[in-house]
Amino acid sequence: MNNLWGDSLSGFWSGWIIVITLGTIAFCWWILFANRKTDKVPDAEGNVGTTGHQADGIEEYDNPLPRWWFMLFAGTIIFALGYLALYPGLGNYGGLLGWTQESQWDQEVARAEERYAPIFAQYNSVPVPELAKDSEAMRVGERIFLNNCAVCHGSNAQGGYGFPNLTDDDWLYGGAPEDIKTTLRNGRNGLMPAWQQLGETNIDNVANYVMSLSGAEHDADAAALGQPIFAASCVACHGPQAKGNQALGAPNLTDDIWLYRQPGQPLGDAIRQTLRNGRNGHMPAQAPYIGEDKVHLVTAYVYSLSH
Amino acid sequence: MRHEIVEKNVGLLAVLILLVISFGGLAEIVPLFFQKETTQPVAGLEPLSPLELEGRDIYIREGCVGCHSQMIRPFRAETERYGHYSVAGEFVYDHPFLWGSKRTGPDLARVGGRYSDDWHRAHLYNPRDVVPESKMPAYPWLFDNTLDGEATETKMRALQSMGVPYTDEQIAGAGDRIRGEQEITALVAYLQQLGTVLKGAR
Repeated sequence: MNNLWGDSLSGFWSGWIIVITLGTIAFCWWILFANRKTDKVPDAEGNVGTTGHQADGIEEYDNPLPRWWFMLFAGTIIFALGYLALYPGLGNYGGLLGWTQESQWDQEVARAEERYAPIFAQYNSVPVPELAKDSEAMRVGERIFLNNCAVCHGSNAQGGYGFPNLTDDDWLYGGAPEDIKTTLRNGRNGLMPAWQQLGETNIDNVANYVMSLSGAEHDADAAALGQPIFAASCVACHGPQAKGNQALGAPNLTDDIWLYRQPGQPLGDAIRQTLRNGRNGHMPAQAPYIGEDKVHLVTAYVYSLSH
Repeated sequence: MRHEIVEKNVGLLAVLILLVISFGGLAEIVPLFFQKETTQPVAGLEPLSPLELEGRDIYIREGCVGCHSQMIRPFRAETERYGHYSVAGEFVYDHPFLWGSKRTGPDLARVGGRYSDDWHRAHLYNPRDVVPESKMPAYPWLFDNTLDGEATETKMRALQSMGVPYTDEQIAGAGDRIRGEQEITALVAYLQQLGTVLKGAR
């Protein structure tokens, strides 16, 4: 943890704060005692004088403050002095307790670490497929998933437009435990270039060919024209059988699963849009946010969704 | 004591009250202007690019600060969720700062890099498309509006006069470079750099 705080006031400003703070407290003390009325003593019949203020015949007694009330005033001042002695407040003086925001945070984190680290260490020693069957571990994994992953992949993990469904056992980057873990740990950056330069007619032909791959309704003539273009331009990533390439995150085009298709959008429109503009799917690395132990647990949770 | 004099002269009372209050400011506020941790940028802090700067102004215009803070406090509950607690040196180029004081939505101090650009665009177009439970308003006009860049250089020069280290080369032609960009692009660029200076310091 960076120590970005610490003594950073010059001696002058430190002294400035100390003088003003203690001076103000001394002033309060003086004003409290200087205004204390101790000379007003009731006479034999218990009568006291009035202040002389009068409104509609109502007069104001000139009594001293009740003792308990006066003591409360004095008590606040004594409390302030005690507080300033124990905690930081007077310039660069750190206080007798040595308290800082960062040390309190450090302790809080250390306490949590002490409590949770053994649990995660235990999970960490269990291989992913086995951990995925541990219902207690999966409850913890689900919590972490909901806090960190559900924002894109949905609370049911079924994804959405541009965000992969994690429950269908169809994987862009591989569904083996190590692949999932790599995805979680380092993130992924899937890039499909734009093919605008092919021209609108060719884009339509290729789109029809791509639709034919998964048996979707398509124009057979257009698909026949699109096939050679696909063979020339698309197989490098999507493979000669259009089954995709998990090393690149190039999707399988034969399985009728579409990452970039809006609900209700005609498939042809979705594919043409992808061809025209390209796509850039980005999954941020999660290890910096949740740490290696939780990456293992979430890997198991994601694995459990389709196993 | 003669407190009757003070009680019966409202003008004098007001002056004395201001005097008393000013001592609080003198001890608590004035030294901050001379304290290294509030005046020195953290290592690696750069002024916002023209696009990010325009994004920041859109953030202000749309009132994002009303529901989103940019200030992670040093509590485990916050650092677990948002990342490293905020430090003063991250905000020395912020005029005005956007720490906020209310979290209807989550804190955004370290949202940079947390989600993809595509996610931000989908989310700002209609938050319910990606987070069905969300109550955040939609901002579809950000996709129609474009930046004209008219005031960009003036804004940068104003910030320069406040001590933000823009060079004259950075300012020259800044407006032209961003003219025609969608507002959403600027806002996402601003969001994606938030809190990214303190790296690996969770």
